Amino acid sequence: MQAFTIYASLGGFHGGDMLVQLFFFLLLLFLVGKFAWGPVMNMMKKREEYVASEIEAAENSRQEAEKAAKEATEQLKQTKLEAQKIIEDAKTAGVKQEQDIIESARQEAERIKKSAQQDIQNEKEKALQALQEQVASLSVLIASKVIEKELSAQDQEKLINEYIKEVGEER
Amino acid sequence: MDHGAPIVHDVFGISWLDFNLSNVFMIIVTSLIVFVLSVLGARKLQMKPTGAQNVMEWILDFVKGIVNDTMDWKTGKLFLPLALTLFTYILVGNMLGVITNGVYNGDVWWKSPTADPGITLTLAAMVILLSHFYGIKLRGGKEYVKDYFRPLPFLFPIKLIEEFANTLTLGLRLFGNLYAGEVLLSLLVGLTMTGVWGFIGGAIPFLAWQGFSIFIGGIQAFIFTMLSMVYISHKVSEEH
Repeated sequence: MQAFTIYASLGGFHGGDMLVQLFFFLLLLFLVGKFAWGPVMNMMKKREEYVASEIEAAENSRQEAEKAAKEATEQLKQTKLEAQKIIEDAKTAGVKQEQDIIESARQEAERIKKSAQQDIQNEKEKALQALQEQVASLSVLIASKVIEKELSAQDQEKLINEYIKEVGEER
Repeated sequence: MDHGAPIVHDVFGISWLDFNLSNVFMIIVTSLIVFVLSVLGARKLQMKPTGAQNVMEWILDFVKGIVNDTMDWKTGKLFLPLALTLFTYILVGNMLGVITNGVYNGDVWWKSPTADPGITLTLAAMVILLSHFYGIKLRGGKEYVKDYFRPLPFLFPIKLIEEFANTLTLGLRLFGNLYAGEVLLSLLVGLTMTGVWGFIGGAIPFLAWQGFSIFIGGIQAFIFTMLSMVYISHKVSEEH
């Protein structure tokens, strides 16, 4: 009961209080909005924008990096292919050269062989020619000898053999 | 023990213009504390928040959550400063009365400004009037009037009463909670001063009730802000 009497005096409406409350609340609303919450809200908005732009930038750079990596891979692949091609070319060129060399060697050998055969032929012909000349002169000689003396068949044979032998020795 | 209030009657000879000077004093003190704390908190704002700025942003996010719960953000951002000021002002006002009650020359000077029905009803009436004002401003007079006949025309009288009931409940809920808290606190203070046994018996409940009053002060500030936003959203939202 005691408390009731204490606070009964506090209750009741006072027009002045209401006006003061309204005035101070509106003043507070204005001042706090201007000096405290306004700047805080601005800062939060700024941060939000900053974060958003940062995310965008990160996304962009990520995409760029991805693109660059793709390009690099592409290039590497290209280079590998090129290298492969060069090696292949070199190999075929080597094989071709080898064959060329073999071919030319074979041709050279063929040529040498041919010329050697030619030489042999020439030599042989020369020898035959020389022999023929000898034979001719010998026949003349034999004929003159036959004419000089009669010869028996035996003697003749003997003579021919002798001369043939002579010819052989002469050579 | 019988404390009175420093009331000045009929200022300037106007019959209704009475001032309870303790209320005026506490209104100014509360406003000043809220203003100083807010401005101190908003000093040295940085992209990377530290210290007081974190607290400010936490409060802002909290109140923003309240506003967001009741209406969409497009209209809600109009009322964010109002909700913030209501919340901080009522919270600080509640806490001032919980911490201590001051008596000077037999009059109670230091108490919660929100433990006075006139003050809480002023805040409530202001919120309701704002809701009407923004209801007309944002949706047009026609829609505003039509709302009184929705969803059924014969509900019009009830809708009309609802507006006054809202004002009364919004204001008196806050007043009742805070006033009851202060009554009980002063009773317990009275008990502790009756003697040794009274002190022992009164100190522990006093501590407990003070803790509970802090809790109630926070809850009531939250409820007042929440309901203010709900009433405003009823007026400004297209459909609810």
